[in-house]
Amino acid sequence: MNTNEKYKIADLVIKHSLKCGADQIALAINDNSTRRIDIREQKIDRLQESIGNSLSVDLYVNKKFSSHSTNLLKEKEILKFIEDAVEATKYLAEDEFRYLPEKELYYQGKGEDLLTFDPSIPTIDSKKKIDLARAVENEIYGTDERIISITTSYYDSVNKILLADSNGFMGESDSSIVALAAEVSVKGETGRPSDYWDEYSIFFDKLIKTDIGKTALQRTLRKLNPRKITSGKYKLIVENSAAGTLMSPFISALMGTNLYQKNSFLDGMIDKKVASNILSFNDDPLILSGFGSRCFDMEGLNAVKRTIVEDGILRNYFINTYYGRKLKLQPTSGSTSNLIYKTGSRSLDELVKNVDKGILITRFNGGNCNGATGDFSYGIEGFFILNGELVHPVNEMNITGNMRDFWNTLAETGNDPYPYSSIQIPTMLFENADISGI
Amino acid sequence: MFIKRREFIKLSGITMAGSVFIPPLLQSCGRVPLSNDASGYLEHFEVTTAQLKKVILTAMSKGGDYADLFFEHTKSNTASLQDNKVNSALSNIKYGVGIRVLKGDQTGFAYAENTSLEAMIQAAKTAANIADSNASATDFPVREFHPPSFYSIVSPWEDVSIKDKMPFITSLNDKIFAGDNRVTKVNISLNDTTTYILFYNSEGLLTWDYRPLTFMSARTIMEENGRIENASVSKSYRKGFEFLTDDLVNALAKESIEQTSLLFKAGRPKGGEMEIVMGPGRSGILLHEAMGHSFEADFNRKNTSIFSDKMGKKIAEDFVTVVDDGTLPNDRGALNIDDEGNLTEKTILVNNGVLSSYIHDRISAKYYNVKPTGNGRRQDFRNMPIPRMRSTYMENGPHEKEEIIASVKKGIYVDNFSNGQVNIGPGDFTFFVKFGYLIENGKLTDAIKDINIIGNGPQALADITMVGNDLQFSDSTWNCGKNGQSVPVTLGMPTVKVKKLTVGGLSA
Repeated sequence: MNTNEKYKIADLVIKHSLKCGADQIALAINDNSTRRIDIREQKIDRLQESIGNSLSVDLYVNKKFSSHSTNLLKEKEILKFIEDAVEATKYLAEDEFRYLPEKELYYQGKGEDLLTFDPSIPTIDSKKKIDLARAVENEIYGTDERIISITTSYYDSVNKILLADSNGFMGESDSSIVALAAEVSVKGETGRPSDYWDEYSIFFDKLIKTDIGKTALQRTLRKLNPRKITSGKYKLIVENSAAGTLMSPFISALMGTNLYQKNSFLDGMIDKKVASNILSFNDDPLILSGFGSRCFDMEGLNAVKRTIVEDGILRNYFINTYYGRKLKLQPTSGSTSNLIYKTGSRSLDELVKNVDKGILITRFNGGNCNGATGDFSYGIEGFFILNGELVHPVNEMNITGNMRDFWNTLAETGNDPYPYSSIQIPTMLFENADISGI
Repeated sequence: MFIKRREFIKLSGITMAGSVFIPPLLQSCGRVPLSNDASGYLEHFEVTTAQLKKVILTAMSKGGDYADLFFEHTKSNTASLQDNKVNSALSNIKYGVGIRVLKGDQTGFAYAENTSLEAMIQAAKTAANIADSNASATDFPVREFHPPSFYSIVSPWEDVSIKDKMPFITSLNDKIFAGDNRVTKVNISLNDTTTYILFYNSEGLLTWDYRPLTFMSARTIMEENGRIENASVSKSYRKGFEFLTDDLVNALAKESIEQTSLLFKAGRPKGGEMEIVMGPGRSGILLHEAMGHSFEADFNRKNTSIFSDKMGKKIAEDFVTVVDDGTLPNDRGALNIDDEGNLTEKTILVNNGVLSSYIHDRISAKYYNVKPTGNGRRQDFRNMPIPRMRSTYMENGPHEKEEIIASVKKGIYVDNFSNGQVNIGPGDFTFFVKFGYLIENGKLTDAIKDINIIGNGPQALADITMVGNDLQFSDSTWNCGKNGQSVPVTLGMPTVKVKKLTVGGLSA
């Protein structure tokens, strides 16, 4: 779908919604294309391409609210879709807090380029992509008799979105992602451990294309023959690629919807201590080429850099306009952009060397967190550390605690912000975590 | 992360108006008359059998062994209550066709979001590229298959207005508030989804399905002396509007109040290895995670499952029989046909302790030279089918529940879970316990909550030392995730004792 077609649909949807009785309307038109190639046993295992379009509409009718989406985008279908949606909305109960954002909150800029899109991606020759995925497999194919399966993949995605509403806001944003990945399984005495390694980039030319297979194999082989250790309190190092799992309930507790629904262990904690003074991070939507960079959020609100936690003190929640009104709080944004963490000076290896007895967590396996209380329990995989050395892999163990206490045990952060996510969290060292094993 | 490497299950905790099905009309293709059902579905998707053949021939034009077309039209509506009012509604429409080409065990896949011949041909050309020769496909005659009916309904959701649904939602809200004065907030969601499927493949098979699916969920928040607890409950079936009854509302209200209340009494146990008694019903999560995913034949075909060399071998006690069933009436996991046009069935996975079948899709059934088990499923037309579970449960065993609990000196009893996960290669699985009890000297004592349990699949299966005679099915809203695709499933189990699992908890 080209830009003109999107604008034409936006105009049609807004006009028809208002004609059918809506007081206000906001819409998003999304077009997305993806390509994926998997290589296995020196052959293409999977070849997948997709091109999709969708329309999402938020309707405000006589102080009543509903939200609808469809991928049927012929004019006749859209008109019927709007008519049905407006009619159904009329049956709902009123909600005085539902209306479009106040105009002064909208993004007013001119569409600064935050370098989140590589227009060359859809034009890259298929053979080149296949060759890249093959090259990842060839790094390790046949190199170790313990290998039982290697799957390597090339993936890219281009996403273009147009936001518009009846207040006159209109904004476009484009993003892309390209990735190469390898997943390896090996046969051990007690199991068939597997692990993986991915490289991601917004730009095809900047994608790291080598050592992906080798890294995946090395990460897998080191997991052979794991053992459980005795339950107890241990120092804990959480690798940067895994640390986002621990941060996820913390971020969830900062969301307006959870604050309002009494499902946040961080309710009422603004300007209070919520973590050790080692923890500091911002939400920064305006960095160049961040996976979460944006000029405006999905409501069209102007994107602003905000301090979230400063030296362990909570400074901001994530509040959209609806929950802002209900909670009587100034809206920030209802979603994160790029979370940028204050990093330390030491690498993962250096952190490990300074632990007498502890555990390095490289992956989590299941588990959950009670959002209201902060009680959490997760399965872990990783390594037992003794006198600064990784002694053996560990498995079938759990970490259990409470988020409010746990983040106060953060003792140090690494110098290695995770580069492949909008959550650029570094490796973290915690004191005294409850680990359940034997 | 674009590759979803962990297989998981979770309960939905969440939270209007579609178009009309074109009535079946007689359509003919050449001289072959089609049934009213077949014609109705073809008209619904605005295609003819001649067009389907043309698309299949394009898909096979580069030497593919097999191709199929999966047409889907899904209409989903959700009405939500917050602050005592049904004040928001969501709807979603999905329409399109997925085109798959197989060459041996290699897959080419593309989809089109409209069913014009031009769009379908374009997608077929893309999917065809998995093969690389010039071969002409055989044109099979159309062969209709009329699927069985495991989810007949009384009142289609498409005939029901949101105003007809609202009284049930407000009634549930009122009953929860009336049931306990500690209730401070209630969120309720009612979802109904109606899906039309039309399937055609390069062997001439033409079949179809009409899939209703609905759930109602409630999240209840209670406060007592400054402490806040919440619990979510839900029920889900492949039913029409008749799903909504006073009995349903009463059952959800009762369960909401009971489950939330119990949490005020619960604490965190001391962690470590211990005996686990898993209560009937929702404990089927053990089967789903510890064994079910590892029995999926794609993992075994690739040798990545820990069960890949165990077919026909004894892996559990004689009284352990595990089943995956797609034929339970109105069950959330039931399917009249799978998403590859195959009949579903009751598949015995573990028969009296012996591994007797994997969970197959078309590719793996061919690889193992067995009949497809009807487990080829996909999230929607945008995704290719892969082996997936339906309703996974364990048959009754010889023991009494009381006898099982009484046999445990020190352990825990669990029967309420929110989610689970498995790491296929090592076989390590986990499930998160929302609520349970300590067992001390054969008796249930202190209540426990919010802990993760972790174990190893083959070991846990071998460690099932007692199986009760009280099989129950869970009718909660279970969703299973694999390779980034989510499908509805259910599970069930009698009371079971596992000799040893690692329980998350505090160390002092």
